[in-house]
Order: sequence, then structure tokens, then C-alpha cells
Amino acid sequence: MHTQEVTQDSLAVGQGTTEGNVLSVEGVSLSFGGVHALRDVSFSVKEGSITSVIGPNGAGKTSLFNSISGFYKPSAGEVRFLGESVNGVPAPERARRGMARTFQNIALFKGMTVLDNIKLGRHAHLKTNALDALFYMGRARREEMELRAEIEERIIDFLEIDHIRKQSVAALSYGLQKRVELARALAMQPKILLLDEPVAGMNREETEDMARFILDVREEWGVTVLMVEHDMGLVMDLSDHVVCLNFGQMITQGLPKEVQAHPDVISAYLGSGDVAALRRQFKEGKGA
Amino acid sequence: MIDWLFFSEIGLAGLGTGGLYALTALGFVLIYKATRVINMAMGEILMLGAYVFMGFTASTLLPIWLSILLAIACTGLIGGVIERVIIRPMLGESEISVFMVTIGLGSVLVGLVELIWGANPQRLIEFIPKEPIFIGEAYLSSKIGYAFVTAAIVLAVFLAIFRTWRGGVALRATAGDQAAAYSMGINVPMVFSSVWVISAMIAAGAGILVGSIGGISPEMGVYGLSVLVVVIVGGLDSLLGALIAGLMVGLIETYAGAYLGGEYKLLATFSLLVLVLILRPYGLFGTHEIERL
Amino acid sequence: MRIGTVKENYGADAALFDTRVQRGWLVVLAVALVLLPFVSGQYVSYLACLVLINVASTTGLNILTGFTGLVSLGQAAFMGVGAYIVALLEMKVGTPFILNLLLAGLGAALVGMVVGLPSLRVKGLYLAIATIAASVILHFVFANWTEVTGGVSGLTMPPATLFGMELNQPGEVYWIIMPVTVLLLFGAANLFRTRIGRAFIAIRDRDISAEVLGIDLLRYKLLSFAISSFYAGVAGGLWAYFFRVITPESFPLMMSIFFLAAVIVGGMGSILGGILGAIFMTMVPEVLKMLVGVVTPFWPEAVAVLSPVRIMVFGGLIIFFLIFEPEGLAEIWRKIRRFFHLWPFKT
Repeated sequence: MHTQEVTQDSLAVGQGTTEGNVLSVEGVSLSFGGVHALRDVSFSVKEGSITSVIGPNGAGKTSLFNSISGFYKPSAGEVRFLGESVNGVPAPERARRGMARTFQNIALFKGMTVLDNIKLGRHAHLKTNALDALFYMGRARREEMELRAEIEERIIDFLEIDHIRKQSVAALSYGLQKRVELARALAMQPKILLLDEPVAGMNREETEDMARFILDVREEWGVTVLMVEHDMGLVMDLSDHVVCLNFGQMITQGLPKEVQAHPDVISAYLGSGDVAALRRQFKEGKGA
Repeated sequence: MIDWLFFSEIGLAGLGTGGLYALTALGFVLIYKATRVINMAMGEILMLGAYVFMGFTASTLLPIWLSILLAIACTGLIGGVIERVIIRPMLGESEISVFMVTIGLGSVLVGLVELIWGANPQRLIEFIPKEPIFIGEAYLSSKIGYAFVTAAIVLAVFLAIFRTWRGGVALRATAGDQAAAYSMGINVPMVFSSVWVISAMIAAGAGILVGSIGGISPEMGVYGLSVLVVVIVGGLDSLLGALIAGLMVGLIETYAGAYLGGEYKLLATFSLLVLVLILRPYGLFGTHEIERL
Repeated sequence: MRIGTVKENYGADAALFDTRVQRGWLVVLAVALVLLPFVSGQYVSYLACLVLINVASTTGLNILTGFTGLVSLGQAAFMGVGAYIVALLEMKVGTPFILNLLLAGLGAALVGMVVGLPSLRVKGLYLAIATIAASVILHFVFANWTEVTGGVSGLTMPPATLFGMELNQPGEVYWIIMPVTVLLLFGAANLFRTRIGRAFIAIRDRDISAEVLGIDLLRYKLLSFAISSFYAGVAGGLWAYFFRVITPESFPLMMSIFFLAAVIVGGMGSILGGILGAIFMTMVPEVLKMLVGVVTPFWPEAVAVLSPVRIMVFGGLIIFFLIFEPEGLAEIWRKIRRFFHLWPFKT
């Protein structure tokens, strides 16, 4: 169907990256008035991979996402996207270049229908200006019709949300809202999808649906995925690469199996619950 | 050649005006601090207080001091009713909606006052000693002088209470996080009512002072606009800011009026407002909230 | 009872008026608008013009406040800018009215953008207060830039001319006011079928997330200010052609509050709401005036209470709608419509 050409499109763009990395985070640190949210975090995301960032609550995962998407300015280090440094590039421009994200606390626009929420994702790629818009002729109408057709055929069908397209997002179930967020991110023509806890708060069935969609997005759209997730089962099943953070520092990274077996990860994640002991352990680990 | 005597006389008058601004701003900040409501009807409540005072002095044989106290108490009561009837139902609504409700309230109060007392400007009974005050050689109108002293005393008392008394702590806790304060056993609705009552009382006091200086009219509510400038310049949630900015705005306004002409008063204060919004949007002493995604 | 309608393409699905019944009503409305000045007296024409001008300005403010979430108390001052521009062009240059109105809109849009500049740094109520400052400063300019604005005595301008005819009476100026307002309304409705309207709503609902999704906040906030004050400017221009005497007191802060009230009462973020709100708020004082006329024989002092009662009703309506029907008249209208569509079944 349409999926063939999409994959090729994405691959063609991917050639601009260095060593097959779509995104790399190099020594990123972030602090808020003396509190270090991130300390010297480095890792990269291979083209076409699914990479997961794990870590206990407060480990700095969402801060990391915010630094990548341009909402926070790291105090040190560099984020490179498609081979270029994006330090100093404002968030909207990063979005235009192909960084699409979903949010931990769903950030749908409750005053719009599902369809308009999805259409909004394409914003940065459309050309309609205010004058076109007021008269709704020529470019504005053409663009809107093309966008509608494309979203209907490629995104709404794909994510199985055709029954709710005209509904207001406020009335949707949690699982469906997450799915609409994914749809909106796909409408952004992403080179990389940043998913912030895509299955948080979902039941088993919804989680499985979402897992299937994430895999399908990678397969059919050829989009690289970076996600933050607490559901270890999902992370281990889906990921090619796992990065583990704790207290804003990277503990380890590697294949899911390696990370899962890493003693520091076990103590950090499943930990004794003794925060002081963990802190001590990290200090010693860093000192050694 | 600058006439220094004139300059300092204007300065004194400016400080007097500023003292009243600071006093009204105190009421404004109290409400904002505890309830996060920008009360656009502050000027109208002030006007109402002045009219209620006039009502007491006109229709009874009460001594002046009792009329003052009664007017303040009545206006406080009205403040409590306002909170209960139209502010409480707006709890949890967007701050913009509550802002608009207070604008509506202002309009209702203007209409009410016109309905009861008519639309024409009126004079308050003379109760402030008439002998002018001289500070050094500089002349100061007695009304402004006494108003300033009263405002200063009230402000000092409030600042002291706010720092030490238990209620002050409850107020600050409510300001920090309403839900958390509630779960800690602080009676949040009670705090809400109290600040509105206290604020209305302060406004009534200020209204009586302002009214005895310049007379009263239903349009007196525009006074609230200058107070708005004061609280923005000082920072919406800062008592100290209200105090300093009050004096500052009073001085700037009076100097602009004296040296440039009356029409420049509002221009000067609102230019200051614009400047502050551009350079330091959260005021000189206000706290800037960190945004979260 | 009405059942679903079938659409055969996306264009039909996205149309502004998507059912045959709606289009039927639209034709009825259009015919009524065209016939109005022929069948009604000057008073009704006068009211119609006033309502239409207020509809245009309210719709503009709705774009900014209702759809973009930026509260402005400067709408009347922006109208003033438009009115002065039209008056000056008409008096000094004599260009055709359509060009004057366009320039009035553009001039006001420019001023609006300058006022909107703080909108990236300050939010919510701080912005509302910044717009109050703008009103005060613009009022000062109107009153004191005497060489241009005529100072406190203002400007008196000649009537507009259409095909060589002077438009003096309300029933005549109507032919400028009505088409322009209708055009502005269609423009506003169209705006929200495109990316620009979506960006506005996104900024209102969650501005920070909108930024991460590719919307340049400053640009779109300024654009919203520009479009909204363009509407105000054109409405101000229409106002100037209608009243022909423009003074600094023609556009007080109270008038800005009136427009904000119309947006709230009508329904924030609804084009229909803006229309209904403007009609309602313009008509309420007129209805009160009529009521006073009715009761005067029994209660001679009724005239004296008209003004204060009007002020109280005005404020009371704002409070009432915010507390009891925050979505305004538009929501009431939807409820009524739903009732009839489902009739005879219960909702």
C-alpha cells in the first residue's frame, strides 16, 4: 500500500546521519538551581532502532526528553539530531526537522476533535498563511484536503481510530487518548518518535495494542523510536537498546538482556528501597 | 532653576498619595496571595466603603469614629458575602474566568451605588483637622498627612500580624498549595472568606480616606486602576512590594501631575507598568513560578 | 427528528454548513439581511448597524481571547485606532471607503502586534493588564496628539460615498457595514478550518506542549493579536462611518470590557457564540429602555433608575454566565438544537 514509499522516504533522509545514528546525546547535564536533574548523560539512538530509557521515578527520564525536544536548555553537553547539533535550535524547529514526541501526562488539545488534534501535528510542514486561511481558497483548501486524505488513509486506519475521529478528545478513554497522541506524533512526519511512557496506566490489553503499534510504526514507517517506559516487560520485548538512568546519571546501557542483568540496575530499579544506601553506592561507583 | 521647596512639597504629597495606594494594594495582595484571584473590583469596593460611610454620617447622629468603624465593618461583611456568593462557586475555574467575574462585580457595585446614592459626585463630612502640617518649611495638606499616617499604622500592624500570627501562616500555606493546605487541616474556605472580609475592610478604610481628600463619586472605582499598577510593579504576591511600589507610584504620579500636567498622571504610571512588564514581568518583589510540561 | 447525513468526499465533510437544512437557513438569513433596510424604520436599521459593528469587533476579540486564550482589554482602543485612521483618510485624502477600512484594519493590526509583544514573556492576567496599559496610553495619544486627532474635541468626518451617493442615514451606511461584517465572519470561520486556527487553539489549551509540536509561540500569539486587532480596526472604521464624530471618549475601557463580556456571554471559542453574545449584549440595554417606557406611566421615576440598572445588569450577566453557563449562549443554542433534532425522543 502506501507504506512502501514511506519507508524509502525515511531511509533517504537517514543518510544525512553520522554512523547511522539519528540522535545522539553527548555529555548532557541539566540543573535547576543547584539540583542536578541530569549529569553527563551520553548515548545514541541507531537509525531504525527502538531504544528505551529506563530508571526509577525521579531518575531524570522526562528531563532528558525535555532537553532533547528543546524545552529545557542543558547546562552542558550537546544533542545531535540527524548529524547536526541542535543546541540553540528552538523547540518548534526541532519538531519541523522531524522530532515528534508524546507526553507522559497526555497533552492533547481538549478543545479540538481527534481529527484536528492529529492535523495539528502536521503544522510545521504546512504553508497556509493568514490570508489564505481567511478566504479558505487555493492553497489553504488544497492543503487541508490533501492532509485530510493522507491522515485518513495512513494514520487513522493504521491506528484503528476511525470511529472516534469526530469526537472531542476530552471524552476519550485513557488508552485511546494515548493512541491519538501517537497519531498526532505520526502526523508530524517524524524521523524519530520520542514516546514518554506510552503505556503508563494502561491495562494489559491496551498495553499489547500499543506495543503492536510501536512495532508496526517501526516496521511500516521506518521511524526510529526512543521511549521512556516503566513497564519492564514491554521494554525488554521491544527494545534493541536500553539506557538506564538513576539520580540523573547513566548507570549502564546495552542490549536489554545485559541491562536487565546488570547488578546496579537491579538495585536501582528493584532496589532495597534504601535511598541512602543507593546514593552511597553510586558515589562509590563513581569514585572507583 | 529647580524650586526645591516646591519639589519637596510635591514629594510629600506624593508620599501621602502613595501611602493610600500602598494601603489599598495591601488588600489586593492579600486576596491574591491566598486565593490567586486578581480582584478587579478593588476600586469599586473602596468606593462602596466610602459611600457606606457617607450613609452612616448622613442619616444618623452617630459620632464620626463609630461611623467609620461601622462603615468598615459593613463593607467587610459585604466582602464576605461577595466571596461566598460569587467567588466560591468559581473555585477551580481558570484564573481568567475569576478575573472576569470580579470585573462584572465591579460593574454591579457601581450600579448599586448609583441606584442608592445617585450618580453625582458628593463630599464626605469633614472630620480631619484642618490646620496644615509643616515639615521643615514644606507645606503638606492636613488630609493627606493624616491619611498617610493612618495608612502607615495599618500597614505596619498588618505586616507584623502577617509575620507572627498563626493565621498568617495558614494564609501563606493556602497560597502555596490549596489542596495540600486543606489536607493539613487548614480551613481553606475560612481563609478565603477571611481574606475577602479583611481586604474589603482595608478597602473601606482607604475609601474613607481617599473620599475625604477628593470627594466621592461612582467613578471613584478608577482608583483601582492605579492600584493595579502598584501591585503589578511591586509583584502580585508581595506585601513589601505593595508598600514600596505604592510609594513609588504615588511619587511618580504626583510629580508627573505637577510638572507635566494632570493628563500625564495616568500616562506616567502606566508607562512604568509597561516598563516593569517588559523588564521584570513578575514585579520587583514577586515570585516567578517555574513552568512545567 | 433528523438522521445522519451522508458525505461523499472530505471537502463536503469539512464544509462550514454541512447539511441541506443549514444551507436553507443560511439563505433565509441572507435574504433577511438584504431586505432589512427596506422593510424596517430608521431605528431598527440603526440597531442593526450597531449590532453588526459589535459583532465584527466581538468576533475579532473572540479569535484572540476565546480561541487563543489571550485576554485583552484593548479591543476598544484598537477600534479607536481604526476609527481615527478612517476619519483622517476620509477628511484629508478622500480615498474610497473600502481602501480606508482595509488601512484601518492594517493600522490597528500593527498597533495590536506591538501590544502583543509582551505576550511571550507575560501570561494570562499579566497580559490582560498590559492591554489595559495599552488602552490608557492610546487614550492619551487620542486626547493629546491634537494636530492629528483633534484632541478632546475629536474629529468630525464626511459620510462615506457609494457610487457617488452619500450614505447618511443608518439604513444607507448599512450597505457598507453589513457586507463587511459578513465577510469578516466568514473569514473567522475559515481560519479555524486551517493550520492557523488549530495553532491558536493549541496555544490556548497547552501552550508549552504546542511549542514542542512545532508551533512558534511568539509568531502565532502575535498573529492572533494582529488578526484580532485587524477586526477591531475595521469595526472601528465602520463605527466611524456610522457615527462620523470620533473623540477620545468614544472608545473607553468600559467598551473593551463590553466586548469581553460579549465573548463570555456568547461563548468563548465559538464563532456563533461571538455573534450571539454581541447581539445579546447590544440588545439588553435597548430592551431595558423599552421596559422603562412601559412602566413609566405607573412609576414616573423609572427613567432615573435606567442607567444604574443597566450597569448592574451588565455586570450581573457577566457573573451569571461565568458561574452558570461558562460556555455561553452558544451552548444554550446547541442544547435547543439537539432537542429539536432528537424530537420526539427524549435527550
